[in-house]
Order: sequence, then structure tokens, then C-alpha cells
Amino acid sequence: MGLEAALGDNWITTKIEFFINWARKYSLFQYPFVTACCGMEYMSVMCSHYDLARFGAEFTRFTPRQSDLLLVVGTINHKVAPMLRKVYEQMTEPKWVVSFGACASTGGFYDNYAVLQGIDKIIPVDIYIPGCPPRPEMVLDAFLKIQDKVQKYRVLEGK
Amino acid sequence: MIKLSDTTKDLHTRYLSIMFGPSHPAMHGTIKMDVVLDGETLVEIDVDPGYLHRGFEKECEDHRWNQCVTYTDRLNYVSSIINNVCYSMAVEKLLGIEKQIPERALWLRMILSEVSRITDHLTCLAAMCMEVGGFTAFLYFVKIREWFYEVLENITGARVTYSWTRIGGVRWDAPEGFEEQLKEAVRKARPVLKEIHGLFDKNRIFLERTVKVGLISQENAIAYGITGPFLRSTGFNYDVRKAHPYLFYNDMDFEVPLGVNGDNYDRYYVRMLEMEQSMRIIEQALPKLPKGPVMIDDPRLALPEKEKVYTTIEGVINHLKLIFEDIYVPAGEVYSFVESPNGELGFYIISKGSNKPWKMRVHPPCFPIMQSLPEILKGLMIADIIPTFGGVNMIGGEMDR
Amino acid sequence: MSQVVLDKLKDRFQEAVLETHNRFGNETALIKRESLLEVMRFLKDELGFEMMMDLCGVDHLPETPRFEVVYHLKSFSRGYRVRIKVRIPEEDAMVDSVTPVWKGANWYERECFEFYGIRFKGHPDLRTLLLYPEFEGYPLRKDYPHKQRQPRIPLLNPETR
Repeated sequence: MGLEAALGDNWITTKIEFFINWARKYSLFQYPFVTACCGMEYMSVMCSHYDLARFGAEFTRFTPRQSDLLLVVGTINHKVAPMLRKVYEQMTEPKWVVSFGACASTGGFYDNYAVLQGIDKIIPVDIYIPGCPPRPEMVLDAFLKIQDKVQKYRVLEGK
Repeated sequence: MIKLSDTTKDLHTRYLSIMFGPSHPAMHGTIKMDVVLDGETLVEIDVDPGYLHRGFEKECEDHRWNQCVTYTDRLNYVSSIINNVCYSMAVEKLLGIEKQIPERALWLRMILSEVSRITDHLTCLAAMCMEVGGFTAFLYFVKIREWFYEVLENITGARVTYSWTRIGGVRWDAPEGFEEQLKEAVRKARPVLKEIHGLFDKNRIFLERTVKVGLISQENAIAYGITGPFLRSTGFNYDVRKAHPYLFYNDMDFEVPLGVNGDNYDRYYVRMLEMEQSMRIIEQALPKLPKGPVMIDDPRLALPEKEKVYTTIEGVINHLKLIFEDIYVPAGEVYSFVESPNGELGFYIISKGSNKPWKMRVHPPCFPIMQSLPEILKGLMIADIIPTFGGVNMIGGEMDR
Repeated sequence: MSQVVLDKLKDRFQEAVLETHNRFGNETALIKRESLLEVMRFLKDELGFEMMMDLCGVDHLPETPRFEVVYHLKSFSRGYRVRIKVRIPEEDAMVDSVTPVWKGANWYERECFEFYGIRFKGHPDLRTLLLYPEFEGYPLRKDYPHKQRQPRIPLLNPETR
């Protein structure tokens, strides 16, 4: 990081960034914050039929300190919202957030006193996956989009 | 010679209190346990549910009768058809139309309930075996589950949450060729289950972790209100399909597996055997499936066919009335129950004569089991929470509603 | 099928049993709340109802008494099922706890308390179960608005609806 700042914005830093981002996107460590029915589709995506390991995102690190992709799977209600915020704050930069399913994106069809209407009310989100629950192919498509986003990450700007 | 027990007399130890938090892989995401430890031994446990409370009852009080089916799906989301069937049965009792539902709809409900039972047991055992350490079993179980999900997708259109039954029948008929697909899935599943039996039944590590761990006695289980495989693992024979038969379980020839000790190994084994019995029921029921309509023929309950809607004025008005206002259920209260893979799932519904329910209460089978966990786990080690909790098959959607 | 249970209840507790019915195959008895514990002990010890299947509260808002607590009981040895209901007025929303009779009633009563505000006398540990302790109000009452929000941590962007 210090090296990049010293060199400034020229072709050496872009090449370094290219290789670092290439390494990052093909080895995403995910933190699945699984709560509800979308967890069943998440299990299907991780297993043999719709293999997620072929994209490099095999290891689910169940600790925020070691992961860089937060997958919020399922409904988030007001009781668990502080935990989600804490987990997000404990993750180290750079980090990306994917909101998996309709309930995590907007609250789904639960519009009442208990459910948080979308996790973007408490943490910033990069990719939203609609569906109730989304098909595994949609999840794989979202992963390819996240990989594109990771490739375009610029260290000097921090996004 | 100093013995180790002498040295520990002067150690000032304290109890350690940790939070086995809601976002933990072994907690299946949604339960917090406040655990007080003495070294590795559990001194006291306090189970804290509610991290998936989505306001199911409040939502159902605000939605019409046919709209509530989608909420019932998400209760026990690994076996959604059974929730739909129980809800539809309860409302049909209130309407008094149980005898008029077409036979084909009832047979299809029963067959798909058994497929859902298989997917539920597969998911529960996949999680339990993976957390004990056998990751291979997780992949094998989910592989079988994918075959059954494909069958269900062929019939109902969705993989996980189907919303397939309606009040008066089912949404649409099963397509041609589903029987061969279902028989093929059952035929492919049996050898894989046999492999898993070979991996776990006599595996020394699995036996050490599950036999005589998580014991519960019959009297305790009944005092807490536990039903289902958890109760049957203690040796008590209560299965709603045999005690209060519904649909066509009377005509089916199947057994109810019972455990011996009431420990984790019994729960694993009871679930494995129940899957085999469900496959037997499916094989017996498929040849008996009659042909015919799948929805009751009553204009107050069922949507008319599209040709009538587009050509006759009565069809248009009928369609409009049902879409805008839905059905009206006469006043009354009913408690209707079925055998879900976790135990007795009951719906207590009160209607005051309008098109929305007044009270929709679900009796969740895993609620009393979670209540008994502090007593089961007291004195065991922290690593024993994992297989015990896996054997409970706590589904957050049903537990917290 | 369980009509004999209702007959025995009526014989033994004439003034406590207010009404009974048998609609939809569910035998139901409405009893006075003062004699609840006595009736439950009778049902468990003498009629053999080993398991309390379910306990829930109901809010009949315009009617008085407003609340109702409903118990579903099951007997394995004799195959009976019965539903017992107790009406509770709003001003004095208190009823005896049945935890001395069935251990399993503990969590059900906690849930009924946090959603309706009905207190259970003699309950060992009456606190919230499914909702968080800072929650205000009783959500399942009919006068609690459906879409009221009570966020637990401050939100990044305010709600648009």
C-alpha cells in the first residue's frame, strides 16, 4: 500500500494491482451469514451439482477476520441486526457484501414490526441477488459479477 | 509422589461464560446459547431463540386465506409441502369440504409429503454428519437431495418453497412422466444411502461421539411435549400417521422405526430408517394414483377455467371476486395436525367469518425440543453440543416463526 | 371421540365449566380462570393427559373479556385430545401458570407473555423469549399496528415507507 502511494499512478501500479486483484478474485474467502430458507439454496450451490469451488470460492471461513466476502443469506430481523453490523465492522478491508435473496435485499414479503427492510439500511451492499429463494445459477452469475468488481478494485482510491 | 488431583486443589478456577452466538456454523445460523463453562464441561446453558422471528402470525392476520399459503411455506423450509398440506387441511375442515376434495389431489399431496419428508431428513443428517467431521456425507446427502428437488421442481415449479396446495385441492396437476422420474430418483438414492450406512453405522469415531450422548428419558420427553423422531428415539411409539391417520396412510404398509436409548445415535438411525419407509410409501402409492381433476369444483373456492373467464360473464365475475376478495370461511376454530419430519405440526386457526384469518397459530415441533436442551446438555462437554443440536433438527423458520 | 372427557369434567367441576362444544371433531371446554390449576391437575392425574401439546393466547378485541388462553392436551394412554380455554379480562391480565403440572409449559407461557402481555402467576422465569428485551409493546395485540418499526440500531438511510 505504501509502495503504491510512493510510486503514484502509473503503469507499474496498474500492473501490480492487476495481479493482486487477479489473485484476490480467484480466491475469495466467504463468510456466509446464513439465517433462513435461502440457506438451502446456498447449500446446493456449495455442493457437487452447482459447484462454487470451481470459481475459487471454496473455503467458507466462519470468522470475519479472515474473510473478504460477506454473504448475507436469508431474512435479517431487528434482533440480529446489531450482530450483522458488528460482523461487518470486524472484517478487514477490502471487503465486499452480497445480499442473497429477496429478504436480505429488501425485506422480502415480510413487512412488519420484526423484519429489517433490507440490509442496505445498515451496511453498504455490492451485489443484490433477487429471488425467493434464488436459483443456484443466479448465485453463480452473481459470483462472476463480484469477480468483475474485485478486478476493478483500485487500491489508491479504496474502491 | 505428587498426584495430579492434589495440584488442582489450590487452583483458583472461575467459570467462563461465552456466547455461542447467532452467527455460528454449528448453530445453523439462528440460535444463541449463553453457555457457562468449567473448563470444557457445561455448567449451565440458556437457549436464546428469536433471531429469525419474522412475524408470521401478524402477517397472516393481514392477508387473505389463499395468500397465507406462501407464508406457511417458509415455516419449515426444508419440507415445505407438509406445512402447505397441514394448513390446507385445517381450513378445509373449517369449510366442511374435506369429503369433496378430488382423490387425485389427496394422493398427490401424500406422495409429495413423503418426498418432502425425505428431503428434510437428508438435510438434517447432512448438517449433523458434517459437523461431527464427516464432510463426505454432506456432499452425498445433498447429491441425493438434488435429485428429489428436480422431481419437485418438475411438479410444482419451485425448488425450495412451493406454495403448491390451495384450499380445495392443489395448484396444478403433475405433468406426464413424473412417475418415472420419481421412481428413478428413489432407485438412485438407495445405493447412496447404503454407502452412507457403511460410512457411519459402525464408525468408531461417530459411535464415540454419539452413543450415550444427549440422553433423554421417555418421561422427560413427554413432560416437555416432544414428539417426532426425538420421542421415537427413546422407544415411545407415537406417529400421527398411525395414531390419527389422515390422507391415505391407512392403506399404506409401512413401519415406524423406534430407538432404544434416546441418544444421538438413535436419532440418526431412526431418521435413516424413516427415509427408507418413506420410499416404500412412495412406491406403493404411485400405482394407485387415480386420474381426475385436482381442484374442487365449487365456484366459491376454485378459480374458473380461462376459457370461461374470457367468454362468459359469470366466469369474469367469478374470477374477479376470487382474486380481489378471496374465499370466505365460516366462523369457528379448529386444530389440525400432521406428522412433519420433526414431530407433530399443528395449526390452530380461528376464523370470524371474514376473508382473513383472525388467529393463525402454528405449533412448532422443534420448540419443546429446544426447551429441553439445557437439561439434556448439562454436565456434558462443549463438543457434545454439536451432534446433539444436529439431532434436534432445529429449523429457524419454524422455531421462531 | 373424547366426549367422555367433557362429561367427566362437567360432573366433577359443575361451576367451573362454563361451556363445551364438539365442533370439527375437537372437544373444547371453556372454564373459569380461578379453577384452572385444579382442572389441569385433575386432567393430568386422573384422566391421563400426559402431554400438553400447545399453549397460546388469543385477542378478541371488541369483545370482553378481551384475552383468551388456549391449551391443547393429549393423552397417549387413552387416546384423548381436548382443548381448554380460559377467558381473561384486559385490566387484570393474569392467570395461573401450569408449569407445576407440565414442565414444557415454560417457554410457551413466556411467548404468550411477550406477545400479548398476559402474566402467569407462579412462572419460574417470566422474560422475553423471541423478541429482544428493549422491545416496547405487545405485537400480537390487535391494536398494535402491523407496520410499526422498532429498529434496534440506528439505520443508515431512513425508511421511505
